[in-house]
Amino acid sequence: MSSRNAILDSLRRSAAPATGRPAPLSGTRYADPVKQFEETLIAVGGRLVRGGDPADLDIYANAAKVASLVPGVPSRSVDLHAIQDPHELDGVDVAIIPGEFGVAENGAVWVPGEVLAPHRAIFVIAQHLILVVPADQIVDNLHQAYERIRWQPNSFGIFISGPSKTADIEQSLVMGAHGARSCTVILR
Amino acid sequence: MTGHAEKAAAFAADESRTHWHDESLWFVRVKRDRQAASIPEWEALREAASAIKTHTLSRLADYLEEFERNATANGIHVHWARDAAEHNAIVHQILASHNATRLVKSKSMLTEECHLNPYLEARGVEVTDTDLGERIVQLRKEPPSHIVLPAIHLKKEDIGELFHIELGTEKGASDPKYLTEAARGHLRSKFMEAQAGLTGVNFAVAETGGVVVCTNEGNADMGTSLPPLHIACMGMEKLIPRAEDLAVFLRLLARSGTGQPVTTYTSHFNGPLPGGEMHVVIVDYGRSRILGQQTFRSSLGCIRCGACMNTCPVYRRSGGYSYGYIVPGPIGSILAPQRDPRMHASLPFASSLCGSCTDVCPVKIDLHQQLLAFRKELVDSKVVPLQKRLAMAVMGFVLSRPLLYRMSGSLLRALVPGLPRGLVYGTWNRWGIQRELPTMPKESFRDLLRKESS
Amino acid sequence: MPNVGLFIPCYVDQLYPQVGLVTLRILRRLGLNVEFPQEQTCCGQPMANSGCDAAARPLAERFLELFGKYEHVVAPSGSCVSMVRNHYDHWLHGKPNFEHLRGHTFELCEYLTDVVKVTKVEGKFPCKVGLQMSCHGLRELRLARSSEQMTAPFNKVRQLLSQLRGIEIVDLSRPDECCGFGGAFAVDEEAVSCLMGRDRIDDHARAGAEVIAGYDMSCLMHLDGLIRRAKRPERVMHVAEILEKAQLS
Repeated sequence: MSSRNAILDSLRRSAAPATGRPAPLSGTRYADPVKQFEETLIAVGGRLVRGGDPADLDIYANAAKVASLVPGVPSRSVDLHAIQDPHELDGVDVAIIPGEFGVAENGAVWVPGEVLAPHRAIFVIAQHLILVVPADQIVDNLHQAYERIRWQPNSFGIFISGPSKTADIEQSLVMGAHGARSCTVILR
Repeated sequence: MTGHAEKAAAFAADESRTHWHDESLWFVRVKRDRQAASIPEWEALREAASAIKTHTLSRLADYLEEFERNATANGIHVHWARDAAEHNAIVHQILASHNATRLVKSKSMLTEECHLNPYLEARGVEVTDTDLGERIVQLRKEPPSHIVLPAIHLKKEDIGELFHIELGTEKGASDPKYLTEAARGHLRSKFMEAQAGLTGVNFAVAETGGVVVCTNEGNADMGTSLPPLHIACMGMEKLIPRAEDLAVFLRLLARSGTGQPVTTYTSHFNGPLPGGEMHVVIVDYGRSRILGQQTFRSSLGCIRCGACMNTCPVYRRSGGYSYGYIVPGPIGSILAPQRDPRMHASLPFASSLCGSCTDVCPVKIDLHQQLLAFRKELVDSKVVPLQKRLAMAVMGFVLSRPLLYRMSGSLLRALVPGLPRGLVYGTWNRWGIQRELPTMPKESFRDLLRKESS
Repeated sequence: MPNVGLFIPCYVDQLYPQVGLVTLRILRRLGLNVEFPQEQTCCGQPMANSGCDAAARPLAERFLELFGKYEHVVAPSGSCVSMVRNHYDHWLHGKPNFEHLRGHTFELCEYLTDVVKVTKVEGKFPCKVGLQMSCHGLRELRLARSSEQMTAPFNKVRQLLSQLRGIEIVDLSRPDECCGFGGAFAVDEEAVSCLMGRDRIDDHARAGAEVIAGYDMSCLMHLDGLIRRAKRPERVMHVAEILEKAQLS
């Protein structure tokens, strides 16, 4: 018998009597989800900018190499579509990426894989990250978040909540473990 | 073989370091409390998480088939492994067929459980653990001492010294920011050279046929978006039915584990990188046997958050290595003797049964009740030494005979006060190493009662 | 008035008879008809917690025989009551009177707050007191909300003691960490057990506690053993000893 069938057989032999699924939860709502989003984002080491253009940010102005996936915001010294190999993205200073919506309870922004094309690595390999999110697209909690995600076959999607971080050395929080050293969310 | 108590005593002998370890983990517990308190429906969330796991485990075979179907439709290759050996062989075969000899790994307790690293290294594969804590212990040739905080037992000076030798950082430098920066540079070069990325799986979703991986560092994302080959290894209990269930578990996971509202990155892999390949290895390795045991079944609901370790007063004062198993702490003390009851016989006894683990567990595993139940298993199967079983039998014999009990009590109270201290506090008396015995009263309650009533 | 069976755990009978006596006095003063079944010994917990069910089971059966007939059973111990309420089921399930026994066996504090419904505690105890919320009473009997739980806070022990004049119940940095007694754990894992105990005493002492009060003499025996060895000034007291002179109504 294949391992697959052996495993499934033994699971069917050992399983407990079937129990039902619990009723869905609705989750906490916030009086001002945007304010909650901002507070949580700051708490996880991120920064919120209300309105404006990514190009107005110092982090953009000071960067040598900028890769933008946001229409209307120009890249600088990087042509994502000309690059064949994602390894060449090492050295990108700033990535500017559109997020679909934000989640107030945890400061996360949903980035569907399609917007990262042609190179998924861009969101994690860049030194700094700017996420541009529509200002009216902040949901309260993850239950609402998963309700609105539409799953495509063979796809990728990610919640990003603040910059890359680690506390593996004596519980000291350090930003910029492997991914972005900073994470700025522009709501506009 | 030394059990938990001996190793714990050795750890606790360095009292100031033990207090430091205890405080480090208590700090995480406090952060957890703060995060949990921010969710008014916290207890309902735990209830829901527990119910989803119970439901899933009751029809795990069906959901695995659904997952396989949908994953295959996503272009993911699905493999099945009955045990560690098969798992390791599958991973190696995938790597070998791509001539991949440089592998970057993000955290996976399953691969630790299967001892994948030495297996691959013996076959010429360079394996780099990329989670900072895991990289630290890998460079020290040690296993993780905690499933979420692998290097929690080390001081920054220890890591500074290690990095000085291994990564060429300045001698004596121990600033965490500086050391993390050095590791970032070192590991980025490993990511750039890697031919394959291996990740664990926090959740696999039957409905979408995809897997979800949570990290704070972004190492799983680096490792899966640069090399074209992604291998994800999962114990089969990682499955949940629907994507909406992720909301329940993700709201609990990081809050319980590290006291964060969510991990920085929550990556949903529903297929390979364009032009790449993705494999999921589903592993049994004793899990179906646990599923068949009513008392211990719910331990399969564990989402590996580590909260039971952070809250455990014994773990905090004995360190991860005292458990001698890849998953330490309360959950490890149930899982380890499932793997090998003789080797890990002391673990169910390495608990005061305080129940803090049970109350903190985000999926409501009755951990301390299972520890107690495992003690019975070990006694029934005679793994617990005869001496101890006999002592308990004698105690039970005396206590079920009121006259004998009363006589023994009187005798004890009459004799002990008259004995020389050296005898009472002889080496036989483990109670008395650091503690006084209670002052023996002349009369028992029964004696007092007689006077009270008259 | 209900017929109350007084359950005095074996180690209280032999080592802390005074605690048994004040428990009896408190109950009698409330006008309860209290009886002490002379044939009682032990609930079986030491054996059960060591995994030796065969040695514990006869004690559970005896317990049902001796106590099944009472309207209420009351004991000055959270741990032993939890044994009856939460761990007898697999031996005694379906036996006559067992469901009644399980539902009507109470730890002293919860008996006072929930059954007798004591709302007024008149008396004094001018002292700084730290509460040692022993684990089984806390997490298996729910004498208080545990610090892990995100529900409305309550504490039945505090509810009683805080009414005493002059008492100051101090706030611990870890309100309900285990003291490290744990039955056989205290000797099997001697090193960790004692470290846990000393850490607990330090927490109470830092908070200014002069008295460490609890509802389980077993935990207090462990803490007291450490205190006396180290010649520390703190003392341990059972809640019943603190409530003894108070007027409960």
